[in-house]
Amino acid sequence: MLVHLPPPWNPIFGRLGLILHYRYNNPMIFFAFELVFVGAAILLFWLTCTRRWHTLWRDWLTTVDHKKIGVMYIVIGLVMLFRGFFDALMIRTQQAMAVGPTAVSFLGAAHGYLPPFHLDQVFTAHGTIMILLAVTPILVGLMNLIVPLQIGARDMAYPYLNAVGLWLTATAAALVMIALFIGDFSHAGWVGLTPLTELAYSPGPGVDYWIWAVQIGGLGTTLGAVNLLATIIKMRAPGMTWPRLPIFTWTSVATNIIALTSFPVLTAAVGMLALDRYVGTHFFTAGLGGDLMMYTNLFWTWGHPEVYFLVLPAFGMISEIIPTFSEKPLFGYTTMVLASMAIAGVSWSVWLHHFFTMGASPGVNTYFSIATMLVGIPTGVKVFNWLFTMYRGKLHFETPMLWAVGAIFLLISGGMTGMMLAVPAINYIVHNSVFVVAHFHNMILVIVYATFGAVTFWFPKVFGFKLDGRYGRRFFWSFTAGSLLVFVPMYLLGLMGMTRRLDYIAHPAWYPLLLIQVVGIGIYILSVIYFLGMLAVSINRRETRRVGADAWGSARSLEWATRSPVPFYNFAVTPVVHARDEWAWRRERGLTDLRPERYVDIHLPRNTVVPLVIGAFSLVFGFAMVWRIWWMAACGLVGVIAAVIIRSFARDTDYVVPAEEVRRLEEAAARAPRPDTATAAAGATLPPHAQPSVRS
Amino acid sequence: MTMKTTDDTATGQATGGLWAFEDRGHDPVSTRTLGFWLYLLSDAMIFAALFAAWGVYLHNTAGGPTIHGIVHPLYAFAETAVLFTGVFAYGLAMSAVKRAWRGGALLAMAAALGFGAWFLGMEIHEFSGLAALGAVPERSGFLSAYWTIIALHGAHIALALLWTGLMLVQVLWSGFTEKVVYRLLNLRLFWHYQAVIWVCVYVFVYLRGAMR
Repeated sequence: MLVHLPPPWNPIFGRLGLILHYRYNNPMIFFAFELVFVGAAILLFWLTCTRRWHTLWRDWLTTVDHKKIGVMYIVIGLVMLFRGFFDALMIRTQQAMAVGPTAVSFLGAAHGYLPPFHLDQVFTAHGTIMILLAVTPILVGLMNLIVPLQIGARDMAYPYLNAVGLWLTATAAALVMIALFIGDFSHAGWVGLTPLTELAYSPGPGVDYWIWAVQIGGLGTTLGAVNLLATIIKMRAPGMTWPRLPIFTWTSVATNIIALTSFPVLTAAVGMLALDRYVGTHFFTAGLGGDLMMYTNLFWTWGHPEVYFLVLPAFGMISEIIPTFSEKPLFGYTTMVLASMAIAGVSWSVWLHHFFTMGASPGVNTYFSIATMLVGIPTGVKVFNWLFTMYRGKLHFETPMLWAVGAIFLLISGGMTGMMLAVPAINYIVHNSVFVVAHFHNMILVIVYATFGAVTFWFPKVFGFKLDGRYGRRFFWSFTAGSLLVFVPMYLLGLMGMTRRLDYIAHPAWYPLLLIQVVGIGIYILSVIYFLGMLAVSINRRETRRVGADAWGSARSLEWATRSPVPFYNFAVTPVVHARDEWAWRRERGLTDLRPERYVDIHLPRNTVVPLVIGAFSLVFGFAMVWRIWWMAACGLVGVIAAVIIRSFARDTDYVVPAEEVRRLEEAAARAPRPDTATAAAGATLPPHAQPSVRS
Repeated sequence: MTMKTTDDTATGQATGGLWAFEDRGHDPVSTRTLGFWLYLLSDAMIFAALFAAWGVYLHNTAGGPTIHGIVHPLYAFAETAVLFTGVFAYGLAMSAVKRAWRGGALLAMAAALGFGAWFLGMEIHEFSGLAALGAVPERSGFLSAYWTIIALHGAHIALALLWTGLMLVQVLWSGFTEKVVYRLLNLRLFWHYQAVIWVCVYVFVYLRGAMR
């Protein structure tokens, strides 16, 4: 052992002896434990009863199909979103209970029901999960699903690497979930404040869980970025030139340039922190030449590009949804592309605005202040482009459009408060207040709105049937009411001086606003129920909700040119692209229902178990590193390397679907009783309440 | 919204151009090489972050050894010569691959392995000397950064050695197949990348220490 650790430690079990000292008497943990284990037991029982193990193994766990990998990314993201929502629920109820000297107290807490150490873990888990394990996987999943279809590719450039990225992300999510039950989680905020995260102040395994979840998940995201960029550069269909690239694909280019270049900086920063905790170096310690602001600088050098990594695909989704439901091409395509690239570029020079109060010179603060305000220019361009797209359009307010328009409202309010925070003089006043928390939740809600819109928008493409519009609207409006009731009071509380991460609120005057926030989170619970209701109703009635290739009748880009659900080979024959909005181009020329006159052999990658094995070994490695079980960590690492080497000797990694088989599959699909594109285009399949409302 | 045309001639003309029946042959080798370039870019960002931090930690000696006390630019120059000879040997292996000369490729790769191992041995020798002086990474922020940068580069070299060893086996096992060739090309990029990073290490660490 290179560092001084409090006992116990032994060579076989590492620090696992510590768990004997944890007191598992907290009903909150038991509730979570039950939820996870009962849920898992029901799932396993269902899989066994319906004999789905083989399907699960063949169609999902060993797949290298980009569509299935995308769906699994989104499922991981939704599960973690649910977990992060529970954390939010706990933070809001704790703060509403722990107000003033007469605050109620339960479960051994002095105020409210969460002792500070527990609350600290809850908000750390909330932030880490929501940013890195909920929003990131959902966005990466959507890019995985849609980008190859939009550019007319058979698959990603590296299907096997794609699966590796997925299982590394799953490993990170698993580590965070394991931390809930075995040991504890970091208590130092999702940013991992130094020197609080150093061994001297956080001797438990919590920070180590955070470190390895961030490192393994970050590696997965970086590999995903390599893959998406190479796919877009190398795998485009003939005629898909750069000026014809669909706008969501363009924002994917911008966002993956950010991911590729910024995630390594996070790896470096958290790696240096890990060296401090494992080897005893002095990068961020309080003495012996450690520099804690170095960590803060490096973290936000990643952290701010990361924010734009999240928001750019969301902008791309809004830019796909609005033209479809306005029946107009996107206004200002070129400026939209330039704005995306400008946002990606400027994202690298604004990180210091997260800590204007560090004490840098006025010159430094001014530079970062102006750079931050510059972000408003390309973002403003985007907002006006969307508005001009809708202007004089034939608007249909289907669920995806509701989410997209909601996202614009949120972007404007969040952008305005962002401009306020970009002024150092204002920033000094509201630094570390819940005003900042309200601002960045406002911005992340932009992403969440765009994402829910995109999921509703592309769901019929992937699964072949539409989500229920009635439940979709209920979900949208309850979610919006919840957002307003939680975050408008939060802005006000911030301006009143409430600081973030409070376990106890000494100021009773804030009580009414805190109570309104609890009402808001209650409505959020309602929205979760509507969301689940939407899924249940839509899946139950899927046979009546089937759609043709163009699910919305007015879609524009290439992914709508193949059938829904997308066959495993994406396009029966690779399409040739003639225009920026290829599907709209074909529709306008009446070319939508033409079948290719012949088919050709299709080359596809074979399933492989290796990515799953790599994920499993990296989970072993991460868990062993957290508990400092060196032999087990070595096994995990050697296992990963051995799996990679063994795979490199595999020769039979691809297979061919013969042209005759493709023809059979295509003709069977054409005979299936479902509305064809012509009737869908005429709006005949829209339910009466969803008939287009015309605005001019 | 839909402009349905039933003009058969127009449709007939257009269908010919709607689908690409010929395999356009996405070149798999260049796709793999592009991906590896992208990976190298992200890996370089880790070093960029470390070098940026190095500029600060250089002065955080906490009363311990300073840069001038511990670096030996001449010894490091010898290390540079050994490493670059290894990279050059790998380059020779690639020109043998171009002529499909298996024996030459194997010989040059073995030479690269040897020089790489020699380089690592020199680094270990250097580090054990520092440890004997008490200049260990636990001593100060400066020494933490010093050890981390050089050891991270060393870890990359170790990975290059493992990979080169594996490629020796694969060239023997299956000859110059498409998969083996793209891996050899990527490994060439990896070796050259180590040389580029080492130039930065030599300038920012060793030569910086020689400046008074």
